[in-house]
Amino acid sequence: MKELICIVCPRGCHLLVDEEHGYAVSGNSCQRGEEYGKAELTRPTRVVTSTVCVAGAAYPRCPVKTNAPIPKGEMFRVMDEIAKVRLKAPVHIGQVLIQDICGTKADLVATCDLPALG
Amino acid sequence: MREKTYDLIVVGGGPAGLAAACAAWEKGLKDILILERDQRLGGILNQCIHNGFGLHYFKEELTGPEYAGRFVKMLSDTGVEVSLDTMVLEITPERRVHCVSSKGGYRVLEAKSIVLSMGCRERTRGAIGIPGTRPAGVFTAGAAQRYVNMEGYMVGRRVVILGSGDIGLIMARRMTLEGAKVLACVEVMPYSGGLNRNIVQCLQDYDIPLYLSHTITQIRGRDRVEGITVAQVDEARRPIPGTEIQFDCDTILLSVGLIPENELTRQAGIEMDGRTNGAVVYENMETSLPGVFACGNVVHVHDLVDFVTGESQRAGAAAAAYVQRGETPPEDPLEVFCGDGVGYTVPQHLRLAGVDKAVDVFFRVRRICKDSVIRVTSGAEQLAAYKRDHMAPGEMEHIVLPKALLEKAVGQITVSIEEVTA
Repeated sequence: MKELICIVCPRGCHLLVDEEHGYAVSGNSCQRGEEYGKAELTRPTRVVTSTVCVAGAAYPRCPVKTNAPIPKGEMFRVMDEIAKVRLKAPVHIGQVLIQDICGTKADLVATCDLPALG
Repeated sequence: MREKTYDLIVVGGGPAGLAAACAAWEKGLKDILILERDQRLGGILNQCIHNGFGLHYFKEELTGPEYAGRFVKMLSDTGVEVSLDTMVLEITPERRVHCVSSKGGYRVLEAKSIVLSMGCRERTRGAIGIPGTRPAGVFTAGAAQRYVNMEGYMVGRRVVILGSGDIGLIMARRMTLEGAKVLACVEVMPYSGGLNRNIVQCLQDYDIPLYLSHTITQIRGRDRVEGITVAQVDEARRPIPGTEIQFDCDTILLSVGLIPENELTRQAGIEMDGRTNGAVVYENMETSLPGVFACGNVVHVHDLVDFVTGESQRAGAAAAAYVQRGETPPEDPLEVFCGDGVGYTVPQHLRLAGVDKAVDVFFRVRRICKDSVIRVTSGAEQLAAYKRDHMAPGEMEHIVLPKALLEKAVGQITVSIEEVTA
């Protein structure tokens, strides 16, 4: 049995996952908790959020995220790719900046509207 | 120059102000103005680039800028006026708002109602008195967050976080992802002040140790932080000699609490609550000054923006009702008292005439409580009881009191916690 704290929502349920019996999850209050408990012990994933360089906007950084959770082990490779991005305003919320980043099937998208200055 | 009288002036264009303005517009107010001191709307959400916002309100997981963006979009479909780069200097009991901006100069605006939504600010090193030298490299976690996420500056390479509030935890992860080494998160209390999920996904994911019942006892360095001493503390939070640990770090991030920003509120003579450091409010978020409402972190510090939105929509709707129907008829309000284990409640007063079907009461517990019952009593009579498996000071609690129950109360109700010992 493995004890986990669910990170799906701020409620933070205390989960018990039984690795020996098909990763049966107890202590969850919703379906998503069950999915999280299973996935966390079999193939843990996270959404990565960061910022990229942007020129011509009111601020020099544009916030971004992966539009789906990516394998936990890929987080630093994804960060290295994010560091290479150079944008020019205007940027639109949801705009795809890198498709299928690091082969994770998730896209890197902008999470903010940044109008061009002047 | 005499300007028009606004139906509603909202002070602060963060999540609270945006939700209040949108709600007041929906309820039929036409002349609404938001005064915001920053260059854009959205407040602190703009620098909270992480995800986890909106699960309650939008039923999906958004980042801070996305959550703010939804409300800015909603607002742009209304006729609400926005004045950016504008600082409010004073609010008078006659609901005159003094403000200044480089574009508009010094203006005195009149309003039929006001919503206070100024948010909160961080406690600093001065507020907690850490001994040692005073080098560069000591930041509040939120200031560091703004530098990194909005302005593109990296604030340090070897970091220790003091305090385990959510912003500190989020910054531990953020600094790690940006290539810094976060050596430790140090918390003076025996439990974390942040959400459980943040301990997991911000510290445990990156093997950052959390030292509970520890604090920084010394900061070293002349121009820049060069190192710190951390020691364990006893129950009275005094350092225990012999437990010192040395850390080689160049940066300290402080996540040691938030203070509602209420200079304007106090100046206007509005009654304050020493427990929340916010205004005392009624069930509709009205302050002791009729026609002046308050919502969001300026009333009490929230963990979740979704609850700020809900509270602020109530404030906005109540401001509209005030303008359209006049003052809530005076009545002796029910006082909400804090019983055993309860640190504060919001609202602090309830007027039954203002309660539709039920009223939401928010509070924080004073200690970690397992298997407990939240009891609501009036005198000797128990009005309601709610079971909880787990409560912590870092997680705001919330109960819904039906009007029918409140009608049985005499003069006051008391909210208290009772642990069930099996």
